[in-house]
Amino acid sequence: MTTTSDAPPKAGFRPSQLIYDTRYRSLTIQVIAFIALMLGLSWLVSNTITNLSALGKDFDFGFLGQRAGYDINQRLIEYDSTSTHGRAALVGILNTLLIAVLGCVLATIVGVLAGVLRLSKNWLVAKLMAIYVEGFRNIPVLLWILLIFALMTEATPQPRDFREGGDASMILGDTIAITNRGVFIPAPFWGAGAGILLAVFLVSLVAIFFWRRYAHRTQEQTGRILPIGWGTLGLLIVPTAVAFLALGMTSGRVTQPVLATGATEGMTLADYAASQQTINACAVPFSTESLNLRRLMRSQEIRFNYVAVEDAAGALTALEAGNCNILSLPASVDIATVPAGAVALSDTIRRGMPVEFERPVLGGFNFEGGLQLRNSLIALWLALSLYTGAFIAENVRGGILSVSKGQTEAAFALGIKPSRTMRLVILPQALRVIIPPMISQYLNLTKNSSLAIAVGYMDVRSTLGGITINQTGKELEGMLLLGLFYLVTSLIISSAMNLYNSRVKLKER
Amino acid sequence: MKKSVLFGALTTAGLAAGAAQAATLDDVKERGELNCGVVTGLAGFGAPDANGVWEGFDVAVCRAVAAAVLGDPMAVNFVPTTGQTRFTALASGEIDMLARNTTWTFSRDTDLKFDFVGVNYYDGQGFIVPTALGVSSAKDLDGATICIQTGTTTELNLADFFRNNNISYEPVPVETNAEGQQQYLAGACDAYTTDASGLAATRATFENPGDHVILPEIISKEPLGPLVRHGDNEWADIVRWTLNALIAAEEYGVTSANVNELASAPGTNPEVNRLLGTEGELGGMIGLENDWAKNAIAAGGNYGEIFEKNIGENTPIGLARGLNAQWTNGGLIYAPPFR
Ligand SMILES: N[C@@H](CCC(=O)N[C@@H](CS)C(=O)NCC(=O)O)C(=O)O
Repeated sequence: MTTTSDAPPKAGFRPSQLIYDTRYRSLTIQVIAFIALMLGLSWLVSNTITNLSALGKDFDFGFLGQRAGYDINQRLIEYDSTSTHGRAALVGILNTLLIAVLGCVLATIVGVLAGVLRLSKNWLVAKLMAIYVEGFRNIPVLLWILLIFALMTEATPQPRDFREGGDASMILGDTIAITNRGVFIPAPFWGAGAGILLAVFLVSLVAIFFWRRYAHRTQEQTGRILPIGWGTLGLLIVPTAVAFLALGMTSGRVTQPVLATGATEGMTLADYAASQQTINACAVPFSTESLNLRRLMRSQEIRFNYVAVEDAAGALTALEAGNCNILSLPASVDIATVPAGAVALSDTIRRGMPVEFERPVLGGFNFEGGLQLRNSLIALWLALSLYTGAFIAENVRGGILSVSKGQTEAAFALGIKPSRTMRLVILPQALRVIIPPMISQYLNLTKNSSLAIAVGYMDVRSTLGGITINQTGKELEGMLLLGLFYLVTSLIISSAMNLYNSRVKLKER
Repeated sequence: MKKSVLFGALTTAGLAAGAAQAATLDDVKERGELNCGVVTGLAGFGAPDANGVWEGFDVAVCRAVAAAVLGDPMAVNFVPTTGQTRFTALASGEIDMLARNTTWTFSRDTDLKFDFVGVNYYDGQGFIVPTALGVSSAKDLDGATICIQTGTTTELNLADFFRNNNISYEPVPVETNAEGQQQYLAGACDAYTTDASGLAATRATFENPGDHVILPEIISKEPLGPLVRHGDNEWADIVRWTLNALIAAEEYGVTSANVNELASAPGTNPEVNRLLGTEGELGGMIGLENDWAKNAIAAGGNYGEIFEKNIGENTPIGLARGLNAQWTNGGLIYAPPFR
């Protein structure tokens, strides 16, 4: 607004110029619009404040620190009903981000494939892709979510059908169970040497990066084509596999004692369990010790509670405090130093490989162990990805069509294979047309994930924006926080994509 | 999009309170219709019949209030609400009252700024499981998957129950009773939990009700009753005393069959006379006509009649009076004197 005074100090400025002089008119309009906007905004805010107080409600975020009291099924971080509403919101946020990331990745893969294939010369493939795109683009995403969810719950067997005599069975060598409560897959557990394994893997990723750069440079300089694909694959697998075997040889067979308080030296686990009211086992979540301890308990049909601890030291403190009465430590730890009079039982467990997989097994009501991909997650993920993928496919198709046909013909004339032409000639040029609309597709997907409650997926809209608001009556605060979260997430996504866009867009030198 | 969320929230809050300040009675009279929040559909408690006319135990309270205020039990606009939307609907003024098996709790009555006007059903939370599971107690449900309606007290009780008993479960959140029923019947959850009355009502609609048992444990107290916004005491009085009128009518033997006759001339029982307006000016004291209670009772009968017709032992839902018998019969249903 101060700019008005910046105008060149001409003699004889008349106020009517503000309207009739094109130099000032747009400025005048902007100032008026701005004032109107501010007035509207302040009216909204003051109206809200007076009405809130008339209703006797205050505006504060203290509820975030109160006990939530409800349980959430899918938790990426520690959470139970005694945690706070703030923590519940965080669990929801992570669930939203999880579905957003999974969705964007799958939508991109599906979209690029469908977009390219829709231009295929193969009539059947092209038509199939056209049907996919039109079908998904023209039906509301909520219907797709509900449809996929209904299919997953109604058309798949219940866990109890997997029992002997039931008509369902697990697939892929009894490792995966598809049930109406979700898909249960093996879960990874990390043992001794997992850190080294991870380091080796990371180093090979770096090596792959340099290998590809080297290969590209060689090709540019000498024209010699190095086997990029095989090299990448080899680097990805071989070093890690070798490290895994080597580590497994050293630590895989080693056993370690199971320690218990209030036991006599050399007692069997079965006898100990019989002598105790409850068995509480301290173990680090997702460690092979916890896995092997559980396997041991399960093989003897001993019921126990699982007490999660941070690390070996944490396990000792928990034992000292009486939170658990059983745990297992590496043989290198001197048993005499273990507090609370814990002694070794006659049973031992294997130390375990750097990484081991636990298969889901049928328990009382459900499959236990393994990783549960709930139907709500799968339905939401598939529906959002397929829906957004259809839009991305059209962006990709448009991008490809925007590249002049001469490019393809030139590439063919040089004898480049069609698949390489697409990958090396067309797509790089198409990308600068594809990326900008892609950003808004990612944003759409992320925001559409708030439909999660329709299938009971506990995203941030369901936790903070649903149950928490309902239990605490803090609609305004909750909705503001929710809006803020989506705003920040969207801004982050678009700035990341813009960064990428500026890398692939036409460089003007 | 982001901006509109923010503005949306602000405007709703603004409107919300705007409506809350006005006198609800005047609004209802001016509108000629009562906006009553009910369930989305729960047999016996609130559901539209084959002709689309809402009926049920909770719906009858709405009709009685409409009859008392407007003289016409059909002048009700029913607004279906879920466990999660009901409180926002009431706080924002979208509905004038909520009669949707809602539990009277401390925080709802105080912190959420509502006023419960009484209890029309004393309930508790139970579990239903397929007989085939062979479960006989809720404590056997360790590791089970349980369908639970979000935004309810039952969700919190469930968490507490399993925590206190040191057993684990996997919650499957659902939004409406219909959704819960569908998930439960598809076997996506091993058990369904909600108010025992709701379980009975839900089971009554199953194809084979006999294949499902309601477990003996009742894990909470759920006094269900109608509620209104905090702050409009005149309106709260009207809803409260309409409910009380239905209850008192049962106690004194006033039924839908004899109410017109009893209201035509003063009888021998002065309390009945005052209730039906043949003596005194009770109606005027709450801003209504003197035949308000007569109209309310004529709408669907007294409390006992409403109970028997919608959820009683001769209906498919088959609930016994139990705690919900009149205090004279050893129950908890009790109306203060009309004096
Ligand atoms: N009394 C509890 C639960 C009330 C509730 O949501 N009940 C369910 C089952 S009995 C219901 O009425 N559902 C009907 C619907 O989904 O509309 C509360 O107030 O939080």
